[in-house]
Amino acid sequence: MKTDGYNAGEHYDEMITEDGEIRAHYDEIFNHLKKTSSRKMGQLQHSANQTQRSMGMTFNVYHDNQGLEKILHLDIIPRIIPNSEWKKLEAGLKQRTQALNMFLQDIYNERRILKDGIVPSDLILKSRDYLEPCIGLTPPKGIWCHITGTDLVKSKDGEYYILEDNLRCPSGVSYMLESREIIKRVYPDIFNQKGVMPVSNYPTKLLRMLQNLSDKPKPVVGVLTPGVYNSAYYEHSYLALQMGVELVNGVDLIVENKRVYMQTTKGLQQIDVLYRRIDDTFLDPETFNPDSMLGVPGLFEAYKAGNIALANAPGTGVADDKAVYAYVPQIIKYYLGEEPILNNVPTYLCREENDRQYVLDHIEELVVKETNAAGGYGMLIGPKATPEEHAKFRELIKNNPTNYIAQPTLSLSTVPTLTEEGISGRHVDLRPYILYGEEIEVIPGALTRVALKKGSLVVNSSQGGGSKDTWVLY
Amino acid sequence: MLSRVANSIYWLGRYLERAENYARFIDVNFNLMQDLPIDLKEQWHPLIAATGDLPIYEKKCTGYEKNQVLYFLGFDAENPNSMLSAITNARENARIIRENLSKETWEKTNELYYMMQEGLEKKVWKKEDPRPFFEKVKNQILLIYGIADSSVARVDGWYFRQLGQFLERADKTSRILDVKYHILLPSDQEVGTPLDFLHWMALLKSVTAFNTYRRLYGNIDSSNVVEFLVLNKYFPRSIYHCIKEAEKCLHNISGNSGGGYLNSAEKAIGELRSKLEFAEVSEIIGFGLHEYLDDLQMKINRISMEVDANFFTIRSNNTSQPQSQSQG
Repeated sequence: MKTDGYNAGEHYDEMITEDGEIRAHYDEIFNHLKKTSSRKMGQLQHSANQTQRSMGMTFNVYHDNQGLEKILHLDIIPRIIPNSEWKKLEAGLKQRTQALNMFLQDIYNERRILKDGIVPSDLILKSRDYLEPCIGLTPPKGIWCHITGTDLVKSKDGEYYILEDNLRCPSGVSYMLESREIIKRVYPDIFNQKGVMPVSNYPTKLLRMLQNLSDKPKPVVGVLTPGVYNSAYYEHSYLALQMGVELVNGVDLIVENKRVYMQTTKGLQQIDVLYRRIDDTFLDPETFNPDSMLGVPGLFEAYKAGNIALANAPGTGVADDKAVYAYVPQIIKYYLGEEPILNNVPTYLCREENDRQYVLDHIEELVVKETNAAGGYGMLIGPKATPEEHAKFRELIKNNPTNYIAQPTLSLSTVPTLTEEGISGRHVDLRPYILYGEEIEVIPGALTRVALKKGSLVVNSSQGGGSKDTWVLY
Repeated sequence: MLSRVANSIYWLGRYLERAENYARFIDVNFNLMQDLPIDLKEQWHPLIAATGDLPIYEKKCTGYEKNQVLYFLGFDAENPNSMLSAITNARENARIIRENLSKETWEKTNELYYMMQEGLEKKVWKKEDPRPFFEKVKNQILLIYGIADSSVARVDGWYFRQLGQFLERADKTSRILDVKYHILLPSDQEVGTPLDFLHWMALLKSVTAFNTYRRLYGNIDSSNVVEFLVLNKYFPRSIYHCIKEAEKCLHNISGNSGGGYLNSAEKAIGELRSKLEFAEVSEIIGFGLHEYLDDLQMKINRISMEVDANFFTIRSNNTSQPQSQSQG
């Protein structure tokens, strides 16, 4: 393939430096791309697409009439992370997860951090994600966020920045696992030479972590899904299959005497641990949203009675709010007495008057986000937006300041990607997965999401993003 | 296993078998048409009559032109029993219970679905000879059976799928046999003529039974063919054999090792099995073949309803109502 024209442009490129040098950890892949014909690369890409289709690696897009199931495009050129970089990421993510878990335990119980004025009380107590039924609760083993999928980006300075702590039900891990299987077939030789850390034991680790939540010697574990029409259904069934546990819907479960039972062909069978992929407020119509058709009446009472463990624990959403995000560096210092290892993106809270004025004055340079929205919705990218959109967001902010935060526009790093015009740099982010069981463990791999449109910064699968296999080197 | 999952596995078995049998139906008729003297017109009407979906067809179409009938049986999404509908439903059930299927079973079922979509795009029913396509679909389904046979543990899930498969097959064998009833001979005098033999041979070939039949009975004789396809103890598509196998599945599921019955589904199927076990072909002919088959189909439906009541019905926890799928 033609590689001469490949350059970093004005961004940080992960394969090539500003001076046109190939970074050492990309050597083999670069040489491989150089000597492989574009026809051959096209064929490999095609066969990867076919494999995804026959595996049924699909996600469902809301509000899309082009059919229910879509394939998340997997670009066959891997994203590579050298070991030294990974070590730092790993340490930083462990630190952050531990601090956020302590934060959750604190705000639902003693509220020391609020009393000490480190985090404003009203920001937490008035948040719609702060769940009153969880006040005074300590989940099994004191763990709140069992599975975290933190979003990071690499900026112009080559440093990683945390974008978002996803503490609720982060999805995408099945793509990390299945993509690896596909990409192994594309580069069998390089895989052996290069020394890529394995991710395939994730389901085993996940199962062990879930079993650890029950005191029974052989606890019954299940994955609770909203059902086949949920956008991540593929992943729910994939994880249940890989762990060898039941995939249950709300209708399969029934609560009696504060115990949760599955309805089987042989009658009722008790279930002890649920990896639930249903949002907090849909879990139990008796405690939360009474209109929920997905949940199980009485589930929360059973949880409170200690008869069922839920992962993640209900109530974690309050800690991954985009406004609380701004306080995470202080949260780390407060509980652990350590400096944060990983960078936060400087964040302006529109609820604060000074910050708000700055945002209104500099909206053209900033990214404005809704505090409670996910998936790239409800967001303004200042430098790319029209004056009308700027004006619209100024109004939105003035009318409801607590609902918005703003951050400087980050220059996302680029990674070589197979496109119609040959190999070309595309912007990426990074979502590693962290399991909190007997100890905190960061899985050496990640979901890399890539904005397939040239110059685009939006990597979300629902808005034209694709994915890449992520290699963490030994 | 979860009642909801058992339900889906059962219907996966039924829908796959249904699709495979539709491919066979279409094949019977092609075989038949090719052997007819040129002065006899092609008959596609009997095929639809035998599936029991004549009312749906007549609401949509007039006339029984080949392309129209092939589209209706193969690709019409508005026909709940077309191959396309059956395969879409099979795949949807498989998707719902994917964590209970082996990776290969799921992938081949998924490929089958895309195969049908491709056939739909390419308008296969308009081809002069679409048989290679139907053959391919049939083979893909047989591949799924083969994979399951050598990779699925013989626990509840296996027996629920087999149960669905055998009940569906019993129903469809009765319908294939019924095609013969609906095909018009030029006159009553043609019974027992070479033309009549041709019909019976085509029918046997469509269920891959011709050679086995030959070895067992030699000459083609209508009452022997009926005996073979309804009462034979060993042929895997005979109605008796299907019912007997389905009964074994039910016994395995309930842990019944002593015979008799432990639930109403076992009772219903036990009654039908013993009726077939002791029946004589002369009784069937005396009763009227078409009427006898009609009665069988109703009994099989009844068994399916009992299976549903015993294993699949779940208590509502106020979040949703239990759903039942098409009896077909």
